[in-house]
Amino acid sequence: MKFQGKKILVTGASSGIGRQVAIDLALGGAHLILLGRNLEKLEETKRLCSDAAQVSLLAKDLNDDDFVNALSSTLHDSLDGIVFNAGKVKVNPVAFINRSDIDDIFDTNTKSNMLLTQFLLRKKKLNKNSSIVFVSSIATLKPTVGNSVYNASKSALNGFAHSLALEVAPKGIRVNTVLPGFVETNILGRVRTEGEVKKHLLDYPLGRFGKPSDVSSLVCFLLSEESSWITGAQIPIDGGFSMK
Amino acid sequence: MEKINTMEQKFLDLVKEILEIEDRDIHLSDNFRDYDEWDSLANLSLVAILDDEFSVVIDSQRFKQMTTLQEIFDAIQQA
Repeated sequence: MKFQGKKILVTGASSGIGRQVAIDLALGGAHLILLGRNLEKLEETKRLCSDAAQVSLLAKDLNDDDFVNALSSTLHDSLDGIVFNAGKVKVNPVAFINRSDIDDIFDTNTKSNMLLTQFLLRKKKLNKNSSIVFVSSIATLKPTVGNSVYNASKSALNGFAHSLALEVAPKGIRVNTVLPGFVETNILGRVRTEGEVKKHLLDYPLGRFGKPSDVSSLVCFLLSEESSWITGAQIPIDGGFSMK
Repeated sequence: MEKINTMEQKFLDLVKEILEIEDRDIHLSDNFRDYDEWDSLANLSLVAILDDEFSVVIDSQRFKQMTTLQEIFDAIQQA
């Protein structure tokens, strides 16, 4: 039970990678605060967690103005870990991007994470030796067409995490970023066709796409004391995709 | 009738513009997936311009079933 008694916040916990991280952390004995926009889906995540009594849910859009107030009333103790997983994808060639899509993607993928981090640091809600993990994307190392705004939002997140790692290192707080390749979750199923997905598989040397549990294993490692000498890292987890 | 022809011409012109086809005419009966110019960027761009110019959103599952320009044009007219 390597997370026994540890208090960990997970954003985007209603499905995919975030849900799997919650399940795995619960197995390790963590106390969880799960954030997501959809309460029903969050409750489903909670049901899938081994010890439901240690799971608090907060169904809010991270971009809502009253989000921070809602979090303040939910968050009584300081945190030992945060997983920033909430994300949004919209595929569009550059010739068709517009201000509202750019704002929407950056609000969710970048700004909300920056502002939540700011709030937690300012309110001293992060314990010494806590660990922060940002779920970014392999797109930041290896782009695909139609992905410019998403890629830019995640690249900005990488830069933020890198500077943050340096700032909070004196407090013993570690900050790392994971860069997943194509993981079979709903977020990507919506934007690619079956044919595109099959063709894309040829670009994965290990011969398969990722599963939420692949990424969750790395996230849990980075949250745990086993990774206590790793900070400021950006780690690809992509079945070899970025090598090709 | 004239209205439909105008719409049809606008649609074909847009497809030519998106695919950068300059050397020939294209027709509604064409299988656009056979065009040399067809690739993933063309695919994304065509779906995007249908939304921009005709306010028609075709989801990717439905779009992948389509092979001729006529099928796309029908979707525009039905919208």
